[in-house]
Amino acid sequence: MQAQPLHRELGLTDEEAASIERILGRRPNHLELAMYAVMWSEHCSYKSSKVHLRRLPTQGPGVLVGPGENAGVVDAGDGLAVAIRIESHNHPSAIEPYQGAATGVGGIIRDIFTMGARPIALMDPLRFGPLDDPHNRWVAAGVVSGISGYGNAVGVPTVGGELEVSGCYAGNPLVNVLCCGLMPKDRLVLGRASGVGNLAVLIGSATGRDGIGGVSVLASAAFGDDEATEAAKRPNVQVGDPFEEKRLIEATLELLGKHLVVGIQDLGGAGLTCATSETASRGGVGMDVDVTAVPLREPGLEPFEVMTSESQERMLAIVGPAQLAQVLEVCQRWEVQASVVGKVTAGGRLRVLAGWGGEVLADVPAASLHEDAPVYNRPMRRPAWLDERAADDPARLPPPAGLQGTTEDLLALLVDPSWAYRQYDHQLFLNTVVAPGADAAVLRLSAPGARPPADRPPRGLALSTDGNPRWCALDPRAGTRLVVAESALNVACTGARPVALVNCLNFGNPEHPEVMWQLSEAVDGMAEACLGLGLPVVGGNVSLYNEARGRDIDPTPVVGVLGLLDRLAPGTPTPGFTPGSRVLLVGGAATSLAGSRWAVQRHGHLGGRLPPLDLDLHARLLALVAGLVNDRLVDGVHDLSDGGLGLAVAEMAVKSGTGCHLGGVEGHQGLFGEGPSRVLVSVPPRHLAAVVARASSAGVPYAELGTGGGDRVVVEGLVDVSVAEATAAWRGALPAAFSAP
Amino acid sequence: MAARVGVVVFPGTNCEHDVAEALEGLGAQAELVWHTATSVAAMDALVLPGGFAHGDYLRPGAIARFSPVMAAVQDFAAAGGPVVGICNGFQVLTEAHLLPGALQKNRGLSFLCQMTEVEVASDRSVLTAGVEVGRRLRLPINHFEGNYTADPSVLAELEAQSRVVLRYVDNPNGSDAAIAGICNEAGNVVGLMPHPERASSELLGSSDGLVLLQALLASAGRALAHNR
Repeated sequence: MQAQPLHRELGLTDEEAASIERILGRRPNHLELAMYAVMWSEHCSYKSSKVHLRRLPTQGPGVLVGPGENAGVVDAGDGLAVAIRIESHNHPSAIEPYQGAATGVGGIIRDIFTMGARPIALMDPLRFGPLDDPHNRWVAAGVVSGISGYGNAVGVPTVGGELEVSGCYAGNPLVNVLCCGLMPKDRLVLGRASGVGNLAVLIGSATGRDGIGGVSVLASAAFGDDEATEAAKRPNVQVGDPFEEKRLIEATLELLGKHLVVGIQDLGGAGLTCATSETASRGGVGMDVDVTAVPLREPGLEPFEVMTSESQERMLAIVGPAQLAQVLEVCQRWEVQASVVGKVTAGGRLRVLAGWGGEVLADVPAASLHEDAPVYNRPMRRPAWLDERAADDPARLPPPAGLQGTTEDLLALLVDPSWAYRQYDHQLFLNTVVAPGADAAVLRLSAPGARPPADRPPRGLALSTDGNPRWCALDPRAGTRLVVAESALNVACTGARPVALVNCLNFGNPEHPEVMWQLSEAVDGMAEACLGLGLPVVGGNVSLYNEARGRDIDPTPVVGVLGLLDRLAPGTPTPGFTPGSRVLLVGGAATSLAGSRWAVQRHGHLGGRLPPLDLDLHARLLALVAGLVNDRLVDGVHDLSDGGLGLAVAEMAVKSGTGCHLGGVEGHQGLFGEGPSRVLVSVPPRHLAAVVARASSAGVPYAELGTGGGDRVVVEGLVDVSVAEATAAWRGALPAAFSAP
Repeated sequence: MAARVGVVVFPGTNCEHDVAEALEGLGAQAELVWHTATSVAAMDALVLPGGFAHGDYLRPGAIARFSPVMAAVQDFAAAGGPVVGICNGFQVLTEAHLLPGALQKNRGLSFLCQMTEVEVASDRSVLTAGVEVGRRLRLPINHFEGNYTADPSVLAELEAQSRVVLRYVDNPNGSDAAIAGICNEAGNVVGLMPHPERASSELLGSSDGLVLLQALLASAGRALAHNR
């Protein structure tokens, strides 16, 4: 193999190397080049997506901290605030599923407690290749074990997520992790350094050789054609230690609670280089770092390794000299290592020294690493295949053969995700009011160190994560709008008011103009839906280069929506039927089989046009449904999303163990067609008039479909199956897939 | 006077705040006791809560038994003080030989977080005193190593002395004799895998755990009266 210039080996282009030389006025040395390479990586700098992300609405009345910090922060009332963030750990999980997922969990948790919030919930939207392939099963099982192994031990409950399968993720799974935390508003701390003479204290694990170049050569490059090359990248994956992180959470929250630090930042991607340059740059100061003061796991690490290692479970705290003794005492009590590794300086230079007063190993403007990264407005092209796909109407697909065929198709869509979430502690902190498996998780708004006033009735928060690559492949803009709408509706189905959104934009190779077009369209679709629903975007993450074996993944913007509940009471309605209750379909009428789960899963067909979304109607529906739930006028509720009416009906039956008898559904199109702004509610007869009156006055259409009860799921002319058989199909789907030979 | 309950915290323990909240909801005074404490004599009862003490490295409880506080826990138990280990706390108590047997990995080799139903099998423990034998309670479990295992002779002894405190109605993890909780000969040291604190409010789907925590506080009160 021909040797290539060092900067290319580190992932920098020739132009990027030239602009580093311009910034420094000289040629960078190896260490400096390594620092720029990680900070200017796609993962850290968002250089391909920045120009687009500016179009997202980020302002809102309750927003305390928007994008750009470690996490977004939203005012929750009663002196409390919620911190929330989502991130991807796709490529590490593709190569080393257990550690990739585990360190993804660890990283997102640090982003939350760095802000001063106690992490109280994780959500894991996961996407894998088809499970009939043993490699994909190995990846999926490893990822779920990694989340379970790390999340449970670190003491943060995992309260929901998604588990989805599609051919486009075969070489490139998506492992997204959302974390949400709660804090007293006055504990909020930002990741910035200030006060010349203040000290930079490195807290937590010793630094090793794991994860060097994780953000650049691993996260910011596509996978090639063979697995051997990927296996060779295994050393770029970090290794997690949840026990260290657990102690780090407690130590950090105590430091922040006692106001002993002026700024703090976790070490994740790009390690010490990122933490020192970002805190200095945000604070408008410089920093001297003594590379020999960093505790090491093994001797002989080169300075560039120390500065770019992504060893996990580390924090950088900026501490006044007078507080140092107290800081070290707190760390000692929690049995966490703490060492002074830097000093805040005037002048804005980030210098790496071999001992105080020793040789200067690197000397660069701190802000240039953080803010001067190139910004690319990469070429975009509308994919040629889109029109072809749009013209390929799923109406041409053969309908299922009669009652039996339709019933079989429906049973094949049923999947119980409890195989995954039973492996996650989803109850810690006594907060979980609605557990995984419903439309959204509902938690009590309370955490150790962040309790609401004792005299207030309990309030809550709701969380949902959603993505739909089928819709977004057909039309990334309309598809993303639908995804945002669905996530907000999931939250409203618990009675909550959606207040903020975070996003994880998973796309293919940004050097492909079609991928950039998809990203741009998705951002516009998200902006339109967020503006229409009054949802500010408080944080996000962009994951590009999701490409393997020459194929980009289908565009997969994943959103997390946070909702607030003003009162919590036992008996929150969840998806289910009750004997004798009336079953109503509330909301819009437009549906399509385009990009539907039925068309894709049963026929391998991806084509047609998505149904329109009426954002005004949707906003009215959100308020209507939340009101019906909060006033307990319904005893069961379920958002209609992928799988359409049919899947929603079947899920309500198996989750409640109660059947139903419904009619008025128009063929397989009516049963499996998917469309926005639709909710199934189960209404006790005594409340029927009130529900109908509320829907009418909100200007939301509704239709009465039938009655809940009995031990069969019946949709006249289409479906007839016992609840027991449907339950067996639902429960058995994942265990059967994972036990395949 | 409110009972003082020490909630023992090892590095890696994570259910201490939940246990304290549930106990305080019943009027107790809960105090967190760090694992380096050398005396717990001022307490009326002790709870070793769930979590991952010392990361569960080596084996759950294997390192925690060497924490300084465990000598004080031994003394407290020997003096008849009520001691309850929940989940990881149960694992610590078996490693410390305060209770017999061991908690192996679940049958099925998977972590399990789910609601279970248990039956009160004995009322001769500080956690079940005054609770009707045969009463069924809905309590969540949350563990990877909850498969109770002991020699046949130990199992026979536990049964003969009515020291099986709780039994699963539908054994989720492969435990011998569906055992969910046991006590020592004196009945003052109890270990159980289900989490009573996670069933402490209707909002959480069950308040059955309060039955056990109330019994513990009543026992602590009796110990208190006896000691003073």
